[in-house]
Amino acid sequence: MADMTSFIDEVAATPGGEHIRSCIQCGICSGACPAANEMEYPPRKIIAMIRAGMRDEVLSSSSMWHCLSCYMCTVRCPRGVKPTDIAHTLEYLAYQQGFKVKGTTTPVMYQNFVNSIKGNGRVHEVGIMLRYYLTTNPLAALKVLPVGLSLFFHKRLPLLPKGVKGREDLAKIIQKFKEIEARS
Amino acid sequence: MKHYCYFPGCSAEATAIGLGLSAQAIAKPLDIELIELEDWTCCGSTPYGSLDKLESILVAARNLALAEKTGLDMVTPCPSCFVTFYQANLYLKEHPQLMAQVNEALAVANLVYNGNVHVRDLMEVLFNDVTPEVIASRVQRGLNGLKVAPYYGCQMVRPDYGFDDPEFPQSLDRMVESLGAEAVPFPLKNHCCGGALVISEQSLAVDLMRKLLDNAVENGAECIVAPCPLCQMNLDAYQSIVSVYSKFKTDYNLPILFVTQLIGLALGIDPKSLGLNTNIVSPGRLLDHISKAGAKRGT
Repeated sequence: MADMTSFIDEVAATPGGEHIRSCIQCGICSGACPAANEMEYPPRKIIAMIRAGMRDEVLSSSSMWHCLSCYMCTVRCPRGVKPTDIAHTLEYLAYQQGFKVKGTTTPVMYQNFVNSIKGNGRVHEVGIMLRYYLTTNPLAALKVLPVGLSLFFHKRLPLLPKGVKGREDLAKIIQKFKEIEARS
Repeated sequence: MKHYCYFPGCSAEATAIGLGLSAQAIAKPLDIELIELEDWTCCGSTPYGSLDKLESILVAARNLALAEKTGLDMVTPCPSCFVTFYQANLYLKEHPQLMAQVNEALAVANLVYNGNVHVRDLMEVLFNDVTPEVIASRVQRGLNGLKVAPYYGCQMVRPDYGFDDPEFPQSLDRMVESLGAEAVPFPLKNHCCGGALVISEQSLAVDLMRKLLDNAVENGAECIVAPCPLCQMNLDAYQSIVSVYSKFKTDYNLPILFVTQLIGLALGIDPKSLGLNTNIVSPGRLLDHISKAGAKRGT
């Protein structure tokens, strides 16, 4: 599909990406973004790049992985473009298409998060943190150890995941959905 | 007594246990019943949608299908769960083909979703259904003018749900004042704390939190209240790390409470039932302030 459709069509076909063509490049999104300074390409620029068909540059960048999902750009956009949703779409396309991202470990954290949901039915924070630090930088874990310990001693970090009955149902539903997606 | 289908969210059982406990503790005195959705699973949250957008809508839809069977409005105390369900409802409505695929998958667990669940944020229910006036009438122990910075964060007011203004929200200010506390001016009240990126992009999040804490302190706040599990955890658990960068060159030592915990205190509920022993920055000073008020009234 990727070869047959233009990049902007691909983005516009995803939930939340529908209004990308309405962008007038005013830049309010970049001005509203608390993470714009950390981004290789701030929101306005990345929308321009999508429209210019710069698929590889966009999907291999770390920009969208800095989105905090604060939705400030979305409420300020005068054209209803929903840049937050577009950031999520770009993360999704980059991840599904196997783009390697440099300069951020956010995808690794998200991956551990999703695995935790699939494995336990609910999020288990200790498991996510441990796996994240082991796969990225075990030394960095030392710096946040006091945070983890204070949460633990204030009874806010259960060591074991809660067994949820719905876990198996969830797995079955996801499995079936994957079959449906492969078929269409 | 009004009944709701209650979706606590994963945090309310762990890192935000104080939210889970206090939400349930204040329900009865405010004449609402929060009936926990049986067998719920994670809403999916933002990370799931970032890696697999369509599947994340399916994960949300499992819970929506379960909630639809109850025929009640579904209420969640977590703004992140709220935005996830709100968006899933929107996407399913706008993309009928996706709705059909989701239902084909849900059918393997004998579930069906017709798109009819009214998902609501607990703060919106407290404001619109319970109302600040009724909350004020139930106050047992007024908060004696305690100076509170109401911190809305992001997802309680954005994207625009039509409940409160996304740029200049007021609902929490009014609820705080209904408790006999003073809502201090807090210009950054709807700015981001860094969210989950406190893990992978710590310096970005720490800088955002420093601005928030500085802004609350310079406006005279004695505590911050937040509805969101992630906001509360970040400002509470990372506060000692952020203090190093404060423009006041001092430890903030600023208690961060869930809105529901502050309401509970004013309703006269004991601090332990509200999970206040799980707050990292000790709310001790604040409890003294409130009990002094009680003593004054007693004499």
